[in-house]
Amino acid sequence: MKFNLKIWRQKNAQAAGKMVDYTIENINADMSFLEMMDVLNEQLIRKGDEPVAFDHDCREGICGMCSMHINGRPHGPLRGTTTCQLYMRNFTDGETIFIEPFRANSFPIIRDLVVDRSAFDRIMQVGGFVSVNTGQVQDANNIPVNKADADLAMDAASCIGCGACVAACKNASASLFVSAKISQYALLPQGRIEAQERVLAMVNQMDEEGFGSCTNTGACEAECPKGISLTNIARMNREYYVASIS
Amino acid sequence: MNKKSGTKSLFSTLIGKKMLMGLTGLFLITFLVVHCGINALIFFNDGGELFNKGAEFMGTNLLIRTMEIVLFLGIIAHIVDALLLTLSNNKTRIVKYAHQKPNANSKWYSRWMGLLGTLILMFLIIHLKHFWVISRFTDHIAHSELDKLPGQETMFAEMKEIFENPMVVLLYVAAMVSLAYHLMHGFQSAFQTMGWNHPKYTPAIKKIGFWFSIIIPFVFALMPIALHLGIIK
Amino acid sequence: MSVLDSKIPEGSLENIWSDYKSHVKLVNPSNKRKLEVIVVGTGLAGASAAASLAELGYKVKAYCYQDSPRRAHSIAAQGGINAAKNYKNDGDSVFRLFYDTIKGGDFRAREANVYRLAEVSASIIDQCVAQGVPFAREYGGLLDNRSFGGAQVSRTFYARGQTGQQLLLGAYSALSRQIGLGNVEMFSRHEMVELVNIDGKTRGIIARDLKTGKLERHFGHAVVLATGGYGNVFFLSTNAMGCNVTAAWKAHKKGAFFANPCYTQIHPTCIPVSGDYQSKLTLMSESLRNDGRVWVPKKQGDKRKAIDIPEEERDYYLERKYPSFGNLAPRDIASRAAKEACDDGRGVGESGLAVYLDFADAIKRLGKEVVEARYGNLFDMYKHITNEDPYKLPMRIYPAVHYTMGGLWVDYNLMTTVKGLYATGECNFSDHGANRLGASALMQGLADGYFVLPYTIGDYLSGEIFTKSISTDHPAFVEAEKAANDRIEKLLSVNGNRTVDDFHRELGKIMWDYCGMARTAEGLIKAKGLLSQLREDFWKDVKVTGSANELNIDLEKAGRVADFIELGELMVNDALQRNESCGGHFRVEYQDEGEAKRNDDEYAYVSAWEHKGVGHEAQLHKEALVFENIKLATRSYK
Repeated sequence: MKFNLKIWRQKNAQAAGKMVDYTIENINADMSFLEMMDVLNEQLIRKGDEPVAFDHDCREGICGMCSMHINGRPHGPLRGTTTCQLYMRNFTDGETIFIEPFRANSFPIIRDLVVDRSAFDRIMQVGGFVSVNTGQVQDANNIPVNKADADLAMDAASCIGCGACVAACKNASASLFVSAKISQYALLPQGRIEAQERVLAMVNQMDEEGFGSCTNTGACEAECPKGISLTNIARMNREYYVASIS
Repeated sequence: MNKKSGTKSLFSTLIGKKMLMGLTGLFLITFLVVHCGINALIFFNDGGELFNKGAEFMGTNLLIRTMEIVLFLGIIAHIVDALLLTLSNNKTRIVKYAHQKPNANSKWYSRWMGLLGTLILMFLIIHLKHFWVISRFTDHIAHSELDKLPGQETMFAEMKEIFENPMVVLLYVAAMVSLAYHLMHGFQSAFQTMGWNHPKYTPAIKKIGFWFSIIIPFVFALMPIALHLGIIK
Repeated sequence: MSVLDSKIPEGSLENIWSDYKSHVKLVNPSNKRKLEVIVVGTGLAGASAAASLAELGYKVKAYCYQDSPRRAHSIAAQGGINAAKNYKNDGDSVFRLFYDTIKGGDFRAREANVYRLAEVSASIIDQCVAQGVPFAREYGGLLDNRSFGGAQVSRTFYARGQTGQQLLLGAYSALSRQIGLGNVEMFSRHEMVELVNIDGKTRGIIARDLKTGKLERHFGHAVVLATGGYGNVFFLSTNAMGCNVTAAWKAHKKGAFFANPCYTQIHPTCIPVSGDYQSKLTLMSESLRNDGRVWVPKKQGDKRKAIDIPEEERDYYLERKYPSFGNLAPRDIASRAAKEACDDGRGVGESGLAVYLDFADAIKRLGKEVVEARYGNLFDMYKHITNEDPYKLPMRIYPAVHYTMGGLWVDYNLMTTVKGLYATGECNFSDHGANRLGASALMQGLADGYFVLPYTIGDYLSGEIFTKSISTDHPAFVEAEKAANDRIEKLLSVNGNRTVDDFHRELGKIMWDYCGMARTAEGLIKAKGLLSQLREDFWKDVKVTGSANELNIDLEKAGRVADFIELGELMVNDALQRNESCGGHFRVEYQDEGEAKRNDDEYAYVSAWEHKGVGHEAQLHKEALVFENIKLATRSYK
């Protein structure tokens, strides 16, 4: 297979960036998208050019490190998939592929396709936890949890923190990410104890980081590689109203 | 964890602002029901008799007049809030994507609520000038054909006159299309924003929202068309 | 005897740890505030340690090369975590977990360490549940368990197929809380490139800020390495792309002995290699073997489709060879059996390097919904990668490098041979012997971080309360930074013709061919020559683009591959000296009808290697393994 690539190149955070054209040939349909990028980078290095910097790590769709906005969509054309789980068979031979970083002011570009998503970490640091110290806990089965709630909590907890929700949202809202964490804890008895403080702190921090508001277009849910549901956002809102007025 | 005292007040956060959008939106939806219901009286095709009675009731009932003020406040809140949200959302992605396929993940009208809303607002200004201003601030409108003074018209007659102009009809129909799409997203979105999302009820809300967004604007749009074509006399 | 002192306290096995905890030296709260601890790596072992130490009051600095501590590769563990809770009432106990782990490790682990691991396993589950980890539950609201390889009880706790993710996010949440409280200073996108020792004690690290390329000096009264394993020495493995040995290797070069480097776990259920462009291998959780049946055709070279091969012409070789454990035979055994079948010409798929893992029976017995609930995400993942639907066709699987049991040598306190330098999790060698059982890596990482290190580090730090924070202008820091800088300059100045990946691929091929699933003395000797040649070629012919003072992915990789090559040489040496087969180390010369043949008389020891300079033979030290509580036996799963 052969592809025309249009890739965002930007030397560093301060430099101006631009889309640069590359052509790549002899690509196997069973290659993953990132393996195609590896091939491109090896070719660039052989020519003495600098490779395209991009984030990636586990390459099994779970660490959330890979990003990239491919052909107009975060994580590319397949639903429920991270970029690392995208295969070249999902593209057509000769196609032009646009590859851009996740774009949001809250995710500043570090280089090329690498963005800084530490805003998510900072949101977690103000409330994305249950305040228990190591060793001070009771036997696990002393906290029974209704199976349906446990399953919903697990659904929410599957979030990999990749930021596709922000990248897809017209307002660059982080609501899906934040609500997934709030939901996980709100649904479990362990998390209920400080649920109000948590939602107030995390929502506050989400605004501080400069993410936009949720306007319920559903783009985040559609692009989320883990299929995190919009119901989490409704739950966050509910939790937030109750916490604000009580 | 941070104590609650350090956090902002409800309406200063984006979620709080969205809540105001949702609440005012739902309120305006209830207004649409009333407005549409009263206006639909013209379809009795009784020369506007019932309709004129309805118009008189709306113009004189104290509760309705009070609600009118609340309604205007609601509209203003809805607009100002939308403006504030849009202004802050416009700052969240300064460098835009070179290539984007937004239709792959969302409906166009859910992304263009601001534009649809602006169209509706523009229509609203014209619409208010057509009917509300003359009925509240001039002596031009008579309560019925019987007690009409010289130079006066009933509301129904006024309507017929205004809709003689095909451009006005076109404008009204176009505005109702905007309203339909605005509601198509706004109705269920308001529920979601308010946190009323439940696996049992949400599908029903969405269905109701869908039909509401079609039926109400359709009935509204039918009025100028019917009057213009003389189907209603 | 040797210079190695494992510092295992005297006493009966059941009481060692509780006695130790009762008598270990403590640091009072006001002194803890003055003591700084560096934790490198934020996986299960690192994040849990950093959080727990910060909760105790130490000043902690944590480092990870990823953009966030939440990304560490612990996140990819799918199946579960073992704990001796006996919630299933099926006869589990601390001793049984201990015994299974020792036996699973082919009797090459320390009794006292493993017993402690089994002892604290139950607390881990308690801790994680309290943190809000959404473990699978039964309808009564209590925790569910599944069974795993190498055990006859159900003691594995799980969160769908994402147990590692949920446990890591739990540890990450605890870490985040401490960062928010200001007790941990977090350095993401930082890589440790040098260790700093002063007067025989570790006092800090040199870290490279990967965003800017700047080298930074960081002081700590103690340094904890929780940097994971070195499976990427094989180029293709189930490790994340960034997993590397650099931090551990720098420590090794600065005096920390490296133990049992040849013990490599080859996981039996991975998606087979599909082409030479492949960058990594994907694991399919061992839990799949609970319901999936492994088979190959009975006939050699049988190219029919799986569904066209009738039942009687299928060889369910694990069930046939190991009737009591069947498809749940331990990893090393299942992997070798797969290799044997493929070497015998009965492999499936285009390459012939795969066996079937078949769910047809399970779907018939349980229904598709149940199978989907148990393994849905794994099936999806398989489909994404192979474009085949495992609900209809059997999965094709093949063994792949997955985990490294070897690592930095540590004593009972988890301290390496350098004072003040600790190693936890996969980074150390301590608990899994020659083979790790499924669902035990998560257990060990969290045991070390939550429940062991926070106690044992106090024993050392109590002696450091008079040590003032050392200025990073100290000559040792200056020198270490210069060494790191020189190396970077050197990498950038070679300007040869071959890419870093090119070298990495060649390294991987040498290691897989000669130091992989089956090893021979002859092959290992050959590999030695190839590796030293490769090292020389690397420094003469590698091409690294860009500069030092920027985000430079090529340079990062080059530094890691350079260390992998040196490690490869050590692994080969270790494999060569161990004239026996045990666990993940299979020497073709030492077998009994295909089963590994241990030599307890001569090799019941831990090999710990002392670095003697690049290109020089490392010196071997032996720590004898003494088994007082269990009888050494041939490891049989028949």
